[in-house]
Amino acid sequence: MKILVAIKRVVDYNVRVRVKSDGTGVETDGVKMSINPFDEIALEEALRIRERGQAEEVIVVSIGGDEVQQQLRTALAMGADRAVQVNSDVSVQPLTAARAFKALVDKEAPGIVFLGKQAIDDDCNQTGQMLAALWDRPQATFASKVEIEGDTATVAREVDAGLETLEVDLPAVMTSDLRLNEPRFVKLPDIMKAKRKPLDVVPLADLAIEAAVDLETTAWEPPAKRGGGIKVENVLELVSELKNRGLL
Amino acid sequence: MSTILIIAEHDGQQLNPATAKTVTGAAAMGADSVDVVVFAASAGSVAAQAAELQGVSRVIAVEGEDFAHPTAARLAPELVALAADYSHVLAPSTTFGKDLLPRVAALLGVNQVSDIMEVIDARTFKRPIYAGNAIVTVSVPESVKVVGTIRTASFAAADAGGSASVESQSAQASDPGHTRFVKVEGSDGSGPDLASAPVVVSGGRALGSSESFNIIYALAKTLNAAVGASRAAVDAGYVPNELQVGQTGKIIAPDLYFAIGISGAIQHLTGIKDAGTIVAINKDEEAPIFEVADIGLVGDLFDIVPELEKAIG
Repeated sequence: MKILVAIKRVVDYNVRVRVKSDGTGVETDGVKMSINPFDEIALEEALRIRERGQAEEVIVVSIGGDEVQQQLRTALAMGADRAVQVNSDVSVQPLTAARAFKALVDKEAPGIVFLGKQAIDDDCNQTGQMLAALWDRPQATFASKVEIEGDTATVAREVDAGLETLEVDLPAVMTSDLRLNEPRFVKLPDIMKAKRKPLDVVPLADLAIEAAVDLETTAWEPPAKRGGGIKVENVLELVSELKNRGLL
Repeated sequence: MSTILIIAEHDGQQLNPATAKTVTGAAAMGADSVDVVVFAASAGSVAAQAAELQGVSRVIAVEGEDFAHPTAARLAPELVALAADYSHVLAPSTTFGKDLLPRVAALLGVNQVSDIMEVIDARTFKRPIYAGNAIVTVSVPESVKVVGTIRTASFAAADAGGSASVESQSAQASDPGHTRFVKVEGSDGSGPDLASAPVVVSGGRALGSSESFNIIYALAKTLNAAVGASRAAVDAGYVPNELQVGQTGKIIAPDLYFAIGISGAIQHLTGIKDAGTIVAINKDEEAPIFEVADIGLVGDLFDIVPELEKAIG
């Protein structure tokens, strides 16, 4: 079985993102970029499945310009077998990403496609579900535990009510939640080895996917600030302050 | 002209309050009509609750044995069939809506607007990106349907007092069979629901253990509040996952929020910024939580929390 893992290059999660002063976007100049953390978890899970002998090959794919090769190389250093860059100069919205992944799925015929549940830049949380729809296959989103037996997978999902368990027939799409695993650290020799692993570049246009109508983003602004808080000295003052505000 | 279809979220008996909030979001879009569709094994009581929401024009009840615990794969084709008659399809931005609606959007061939927090007009919305560190205004071109999830913390629930008609319709699709519900394991179900409780008491890593977390439960009980936790407390295993408040957990908007022993990481603050009043209790007076708190109290939570419980009780 092959596992296809989709990764996205995003602003590192430790960076505090700021809106540009002219309101045309967010500051990304000189900012550290990384693999979307949820995608890194997805990749880790795929590698563990392969290491358990339940998959033969882990393929990572990313959509973007040549800069995404940096993240693909990191993924190869983590242990992926080969990488595919879907080359696009413009950033793509979820439907286009899902259609591109569907085209790769048709070519590679993976048993599982793993994605992060959402990218921490646009926070859309759509691409995995969209791919499952276009592929007409099961989806197990927000996964916190994955067990595979033969042609089925049992997936525990983090839902508002607690933990839901689904059984899905493979092939299927899975999206990772935070607690699925803790991704491994990359070791230096693996970085060297990763340079020799195959990385194919496929122009997005060559996938011949249907063009999607994109949403238009017309403005960026910083979030409204809270403020004007007070400090109290002790519990009695706290209780009387809450009573004054009609909250107790 | 906006004709809006909302998919109801429910547990088989009770309509989830997230649905009433989605109705409010729909009303803000200047809707000409708002229909709510209920898929259930037996839709009666849930459909009746939906019909009572002000602003709802019609409730569509679709019953079937396979709607007892329907998966996104089961529901998406049903919604696609219904969507033909509507300009907008909406769901709450809960794990239910987040799982289902992108599958519907893809089948309809449109990008979804996730986490609508403010409605500018029928096709223009504000939504958070970068964990709420930026807000974007997005618009949906006229040529396609609007498919969107409503950020429930940003909208009040629609009031009861309406009397919409309830119509039964039959299912349009069948279960693909490839995705099977096994079980759902929740918390013990005692106390108010975290997502909708007017008062929430949350504890952080400073509690130090799951035994110590009992003082948070005790205070919550006195206040008739729901219990929440920071990601650090959940990761440390003090409380189960579903109590996590924050960008990757639940985004909530209670009237009163207690952050106890929580430093205030950005991802936690994202989950509470629509709260009415935030009370922070922390021994570190430099903790970022005090920058957003309305009322701050610096001190040892193990002294303060029992004293507070006594003072209120």
